[in-house]
Amino acid sequence: MSETKKKETFRGTVGFVFIICLVCAALVSIAAVGLKPLQTANKLLDKQTKILEASGLLAIALKAENIKALGGESKSIVDTYEKYVDAKMISLATGKVIEGNVKSFDERADARDVNKSSKPEDDIAGINRQADNAVVYLINDEQGKVSTIVLPIVGSGLWDLMYGFVGLESDLNTVKSVIYSDLKETPGLGAEVLNPKWKALWPGKKMFDEQGNIAIQIVKGGAKAGNVYGVDALSGATLTSNGVENTLHFWLGEEGYGPFITNYRAGGLN
Amino acid sequence: MATDTKKVLFGPVVDNNPIALQVLGVCSALAVTSSLANALVMTLAVMLVTGFSNLFISLIRNQIPSSVRIIVQMVIIASLVILVDQVLKAFSYQLSKELSVFIGLIITNCIVMGRAEAFAMKEKPGVSFLDGIGNGLGYGAVLMVVAFFRELFGFGTLFGFEVFTLVQNDGWYQGNGLLVLPFSSFFIIGLIIWAIRQFRPEQVEKD
Repeated sequence: MSETKKKETFRGTVGFVFIICLVCAALVSIAAVGLKPLQTANKLLDKQTKILEASGLLAIALKAENIKALGGESKSIVDTYEKYVDAKMISLATGKVIEGNVKSFDERADARDVNKSSKPEDDIAGINRQADNAVVYLINDEQGKVSTIVLPIVGSGLWDLMYGFVGLESDLNTVKSVIYSDLKETPGLGAEVLNPKWKALWPGKKMFDEQGNIAIQIVKGGAKAGNVYGVDALSGATLTSNGVENTLHFWLGEEGYGPFITNYRAGGLN
Repeated sequence: MATDTKKVLFGPVVDNNPIALQVLGVCSALAVTSSLANALVMTLAVMLVTGFSNLFISLIRNQIPSSVRIIVQMVIIASLVILVDQVLKAFSYQLSKELSVFIGLIITNCIVMGRAEAFAMKEKPGVSFLDGIGNGLGYGAVLMVVAFFRELFGFGTLFGFEVFTLVQNDGWYQGNGLLVLPFSSFFIIGLIIWAIRQFRPEQVEKD
C-alpha cells in the first residue's frame, strides 16, 4: 500500500516523528494550561453547589432575584457560599480545628498519600485508606450563629466509592440532608440515591439515639411512619443502601467525625 | 462535485454507516447511550475528532513515513481527544463528569483510526474533513436512535424531560431495567442493522 514518493531514511523518519510530537505536545500543553483556571473554577463551583444543597441554602442562591442581582447563577452560588459558609480544617483523630489551607485541601489526594492517611481499624465503609484531616463546613445563619454543619462522607457502594455530604443541624444529630455528589451506581437502581424523592426522606431523621449511640438505619421494605431513626431502603439496590448505612455509621463513629462531634457539643471547637 | 460532497458527507449516515455496516465503534455506542444528552455530546466530540484528525492527517499524508504512519495517526488523534476533553472540562463540567472516561476512550474508537487509515491517507484534506464529519454523523445517528429508546423506556424521559412518570415518582411507568444497562444497546443496534438491511439488501454480507 505504500507508494512512497521519497525514499525513507532513518533520520527522516525520526525527525518527522519528533516534529509531530513536538507540535502536538505544544498544542495540548497550551490548552491544558490555558483552560486550567476555568476548570478549577468549575470544580470549586460544583463542590460549593453541593455544600449549599446539603445545607439547604441552594434554594436561596438560585432565587431569581439573587441571580439577577449578582449577574449569573454561578456568581450567586459563589456569593451565597462566601456569605454563609465557614470551612474549617480538623484533625479527625483529635476532632480539633487545625491550621491548614481549606481551599487547596483535597481529601482524595490525601487519602492516597501514605504520609497523610491511615488504614481505618474497622473499615465498615470499605474506603481502604482515610485521610488524617478533613474539612468541615459550618453554615452560619443571618445572625452569624452556626445553624447547620456539613460533613463530607465517602464509602463503598455497589461498584465504587460514593462521595457525598451529610448536613446536620447544630445539635449534630438531626439530619438536614444526605447528598451524593459523585458516584458510579447503577442508573435506575443504586443511582436513585440522587432521586429528590429519596433525598426528601432524610430531613428530620436522627443519627443518634438518646444514649448517644449511632442509630440511623436504612430499612428494607420501608421504615415505619414515625421512626426517626429509619429511612426507606432503595428497592432493587440492597448493596447501595447498605453502603449508605455503613458510610454513615463509619463517619459518625469514633474513626470518623466522632471526636469532632464530642468536641463540638462540649463547645471545645476553638 | 456537489453530489460528490453530499455523498461523502451523508453517505455514512445510512448507506455506509460506520456502526451498522462496518460495525466499528460499537463499544462506546454501548456505554454512552443511556441518555440523549450524553449521546449528543459524545456525537459532537467524535465528529470533531474524526473530522480534524482526517484533515490533519490528510494534510501531511505525503510526508508521513509509511513505516510509522499508525503511530503518527495515533499521536494526532490522541492530541485531539485530549483537547476535546480539556475544553469539555472547562465549559461543560457536569457533562464531562458523566462522560469522563468515555471521552478519553474516543482514542480507541475504531472509526477514527479506520477513517484516517482508509480515507485520509489517500484523499485531499477538504474531502477528508467532510468524510470525518460524515462518519461522525453516521455514528451519531445510531447513537441518538439507541439513546432515544434507552432513555424513553429505561427512564421515561427524553433529554431529561419527563415523558412517562416513573413508579418511583408515584407514576404508572415501571422503567425497563434492561434498557438502563449498557448491554441492552446490543439488541437495539442489532435491530437497527436489521432494519437498514431490509431496505438496503445490498448491505447483507454474502456467505
